[in-house]
Amino acid sequence: MTTTALEPGSPSAPPGLVLSIQDVTMVYPTEPPVHALAGVSLDVGEGELLGVVGPSGSGKSTLLHVMGTLDRPTTGDVIVAGHSVSSLSDRELSSLRARHIGFVFQQFHLLNGYTALDNVADGLLYTGMALYDRREMAAHALVRVGLGSRLMHTATKLSGGEKQRVAIARALVGRPAIVLADEPTGNLDTKTSDSIVELIEELHDEGASIVVITHNRDIAKRFPRTVSLRDGLIESDLQNGDH
Amino acid sequence: MAKTDLAPSRLHFGDLGRTASVGLRTRKTRAALSAVGIMIGIAAMVSVLGLSESSKWDLLAQLDRLGTNLLTVQAGQGIGAGSGQLPEEAAGMVARIGPVEATSTISAVDASVYKSDFIPSGQTSGISVQAVDVNLLETLGGRLADGDFLSEATADYPTAVLGSVAAERLGIRDVDDQPLVWLGDQWFAVIGVLQEFELSPNLDRAALIGVNASETFLDHDAVAGSIYVRTNPQFVDSVMDVLPASANPQNPEEIEVSRPSDALEAREAASDAFTTLFLGLGAVALLVGGVGIANVMVISVLERRAEIGLRRALGATRRHVAVQFLGEALLLAIIGGVGGVLLGVGVTAIYASSQGWAILVPTLAWAGGLTAAILIGAIAGLYPALRASRLSPTEALRTS
Ligand SMILES: Nc1ncnc2c1ncn2[C@@H]1O[C@H](COP(=O)(O)OP(=O)(O)OP(=O)(O)O)[C@@H](O)[C@H]1O
Ligand SMILES: [Mg+2]
Repeated sequence: MTTTALEPGSPSAPPGLVLSIQDVTMVYPTEPPVHALAGVSLDVGEGELLGVVGPSGSGKSTLLHVMGTLDRPTTGDVIVAGHSVSSLSDRELSSLRARHIGFVFQQFHLLNGYTALDNVADGLLYTGMALYDRREMAAHALVRVGLGSRLMHTATKLSGGEKQRVAIARALVGRPAIVLADEPTGNLDTKTSDSIVELIEELHDEGASIVVITHNRDIAKRFPRTVSLRDGLIESDLQNGDH
Repeated sequence: MAKTDLAPSRLHFGDLGRTASVGLRTRKTRAALSAVGIMIGIAAMVSVLGLSESSKWDLLAQLDRLGTNLLTVQAGQGIGAGSGQLPEEAAGMVARIGPVEATSTISAVDASVYKSDFIPSGQTSGISVQAVDVNLLETLGGRLADGDFLSEATADYPTAVLGSVAAERLGIRDVDDQPLVWLGDQWFAVIGVLQEFELSPNLDRAALIGVNASETFLDHDAVAGSIYVRTNPQFVDSVMDVLPASANPQNPEEIEVSRPSDALEAREAASDAFTTLFLGLGAVALLVGGVGIANVMVISVLERRAEIGLRRALGATRRHVAVQFLGEALLLAIIGGVGGVLLGVGVTAIYASSQGWAILVPTLAWAGGLTAAILIGAIAGLYPALRASRLSPTEALRTS
């Protein structure tokens, strides 16, 4: 649901962007302070699929949390789906996440007692949509990720790969402006991991904007664009020619 | 970048119930156990109030049947209290008081009662013998278990009616095979067995015989020892005031007047004290139950950090998270409360019907029990809910 009007005086990001990070730093006030992000700027265009790669501790998860408005940067600004995070209240950030951002986590984070269908329907829980409609959309999303035959399976009975498909369906069910995935294949074996990466590529082909964080360079290099992070700074930002 | 709409995060009321019950559905045993404390507390309070109400109702019914207008006149006993005997003319004088509707006298006979004539005379049976007026049963509101009471016809003959305890001691349940008892040194025919006298328990241990029979067969000088007086219910107090002077004009201070129904009321007052005690215990159980719920909720918040983080990522506001956990505590308390009310009503029903009482559970008991449960749930859930809502999303997600 996009409107054409630009917020007067809104940051001068070019149209066609879903996410813009502007000179963001993140300092954790520990002793000594940790500069997890030391000045990062990054734009993600509509329909883009990009991999963020870097060694452990380089700030990847911190970056994802900042992009997903789960954390506010120490300095700099983040603009998601046209909204500047620095100008929004905590409640408004929740609304932004409910409607415009989808998350996929390494640990899946499914509710164990729930069916696959209800786990995916929960992706729409805080939008105020009625349960019946949520389930209907969830069923479509599950069919899309190849789990049409698993709708009524409880989460505990699913394999790791199936769990991650459910989590991906949950992230996508509300057609968010951007999907942020933190190590989505980190808990999966190589073969399952490959199939999940293929699913992500398919969803990208259908128009979804996706950021995938991984410490696996091979996976990151498969994507059209690869951003390398080191010590809280962008080391390289490459378009991969063969896509 | 095109600015998208930003309608606020919303959670339907129905979904609130669904999210609040996630913890209960995924951890059923723990939920059940933590609701038990509240359940016991509420059950204790409901059943205590229910039983007290039921027994009170029974007492009122009893008083209603027996009346509160029965008075007993006795000669005072003990040091300085006089002879222990009422003047011969006392019964007649008392009967002449205006509002007095009926009088009935009893007079203790110096004799023992046995099942047979083989028992050595030194051994007493603990059963007294009383020479009584034939209207005694009616005056006291007593009831027969079997047979008949003394009548003008039978009171002249060696016939006896046994109080409930006396009959039991003598092994006589009914009068079907015309039982005899050895009374004084003479066989008496038992013509009736009485039920308990609620207003005059001393007669339960007595064998009652006619005044004429006592004089004829036992050589008894039938001077009234006690007079039972039924008065017009509106003048009970004034009759009590004039009774001593009427019964013994020379020494009114030697006369003791009592109102047997007061004893029943006093018994109820004593049981009120127990009610208060048990209510106090119930309140302690409730408090412990509340602490139990708070404890389980705090643990639940710790264990479910990842879920909290996920919900924040899915767009839950702090308030949505707080309401979810508060709702869970409330649900636990309500489950305990409803269970407690049911248990309390069940206990009341079982005990009351075993006592032959009406089953009464005051609205205050169950409505108050449920309200207390809800309040306790709210208080117990408040702190864990606030803790859950204050968790930052990233902190919550990083834990697992
Ligand atoms: N809440 C925090 N408080 C203090 N320091 C933190 C906190 N979160 C992260 N850090 C530190 O910030 C740095 C970046 O952490 P981050 O989790 O973003 O790394 P990462 O690239 O995701 O690593 P990994 O591949 O191991 O997940 C690390 O040095 C980490 O120890
Ligand atoms: Mg990480």
